[in-house]
Amino acid sequence: MNTLGETADETADVVRLVDLKRHFGPTPALDGISLNVRKGEVLGIIGRSGAGKSTLIRCLNGLERPDSGKIMIEGRDITGLSERQLQPLRRRIGMIFQHFNLLSAKTVEDNVALPLKIEGLGKAERRKRAHDLLDLVGLADKAKAYPASLSGGQKQRVGIARALAARPALLLSDEATSALDPETTRSILTLLKDINRQLGLTILMITHEMEVIRTIGDRVAVLDAGKIVEEGPVWSVFANPQTAIAQSLLASTRPQLPDHITAKLRPEPKGEMVLRIDMAGPPAQQPLFADLAAAVPHSFRLIHGGIDHVQDQPVASFFIGLNGDDASRVAVLEFLRTRSARVEVLGHVANDV
Amino acid sequence: MSQMMFDLLLRSLWETLLMTFASGLISLVVGLPLGLTLVATDRGGIAENLAVNRVLGGIVNAFRSVPFIILLVALIPVTRFIVGTSIGTWAAIVPLSIAATPYYARIAEVSLREVNRGLVEAARAMGGNKWTIIREVLVPEALPGLIAGFTVTLVTMVGASAMAGMVGGGGLGDLAIRYGYQRYDTGIMMIVVAVLIALVCGIQWIGDRLMARLDRRVG
Repeated sequence: MNTLGETADETADVVRLVDLKRHFGPTPALDGISLNVRKGEVLGIIGRSGAGKSTLIRCLNGLERPDSGKIMIEGRDITGLSERQLQPLRRRIGMIFQHFNLLSAKTVEDNVALPLKIEGLGKAERRKRAHDLLDLVGLADKAKAYPASLSGGQKQRVGIARALAARPALLLSDEATSALDPETTRSILTLLKDINRQLGLTILMITHEMEVIRTIGDRVAVLDAGKIVEEGPVWSVFANPQTAIAQSLLASTRPQLPDHITAKLRPEPKGEMVLRIDMAGPPAQQPLFADLAAAVPHSFRLIHGGIDHVQDQPVASFFIGLNGDDASRVAVLEFLRTRSARVEVLGHVANDV
Repeated sequence: MSQMMFDLLLRSLWETLLMTFASGLISLVVGLPLGLTLVATDRGGIAENLAVNRVLGGIVNAFRSVPFIILLVALIPVTRFIVGTSIGTWAAIVPLSIAATPYYARIAEVSLREVNRGLVEAARAMGGNKWTIIREVLVPEALPGLIAGFTVTLVTMVGASAMAGMVGGGGLGDLAIRYGYQRYDTGIMMIVVAVLIALVCGIQWIGDRLMARLDRRVG
């Protein structure tokens, strides 16, 4: 029997992974993954292709079996279950796919109703539920259409409706927006976030696009070579990525020093000093540059950067140039430190940039 | 053309139709499950069983490598056991069916194999079992190909049934050989060939129409 504490803990976690391992030949695809997915959250797992993302997500509904480790879904260990025992469990887990995987021979409503047919629901009930779901995803008028006549975004909406049909406790998203253009991606992500809020549905998504996680993620786990190398609230990982892999995945969504300036940077302390300043959360909500100008007049100029908002938290990155004498540089660095900013001296540029 | 020849032509056409469609029907009823089994038991299939796969594959290959005219004669004891005689149209249907079944099984296998694996995975992720996957995914998604393959099988059986004369099965081919070839009656030969062309075109046309109607893969 579990103690009371453990029981409460397990119901809060929809998914709990303990030291999951999976090898393909000599290469480990999953190398000791321990991870919890809390009820009602959107957890993003990001990594490069080959990092083990697909293997991980496919372990959660038993499409893939781990070599060792424990997979608890709603408190129930699913490792060691037979294919037949997994079948009812999979109905508690919806899944959407990069290439939608809609059945071309079935109409949109029959696609959406298929999980209900598998469950054994009657025809009238299936139809009603399918129509409700198509309403939810905004495709009520396409019920009788075949998938081939739909756009990519519409296909993924059908995929989402189908994944929700059996009222799952968990939605797995396997690169669901990777085949879509940016505008469609946004609309699909908005839909997923709405569903997460309205239905309280727990979502686990794997992606290689930081933008996806930034838009709807609550927490993010960075996967590299089968290991989780970094994990935390999305805004904090965005503001302060610890690992090189997270930094490089973030590079496309965070401001970077323009190339022509980077090319002129020299390590020798000569000319203008270029700094990178990162701030996040409450410290980034205070007036920074006005205060800095007041504290150390004529000391700096802004080169590049701005403030982004992730999960309603400000995440700021600025590049500034310091032209003053050593004393004023020290004063600027000192000031920034008092504001809990992370400061990195990138180098010096001999002439004005 | 005399009334007698006309009657003979009609009877031969009926015999050809009977042989073609009876063996075709059997090839569908037996060959489709056989094709499904070959796909399902193969490596990575929904019911992987390599031993079963190898044995079935071997049997299919064995029957497919024997020329039909040899099969026709070699199967005489089997035919006699099933039909009670080794002579006549029904007797010809036994070897025709046995030739058509592995032929269609392979064609069906190719179509079924072309079904996107992602669709099978989606059905598994929904909690579907093997029957669900076969009924809701594999067969419906492969249907256009399965129909095209069945059309090809029927046309092949029209050709194969020409050899049925060997065991007194009759049919258009037999008519063409006996009257057109052995009696140098070019008129009959041309009429028979024209009827065969019309028959094959008709089968193909129906098959194509049916396939086009059921194909939902393009919008």
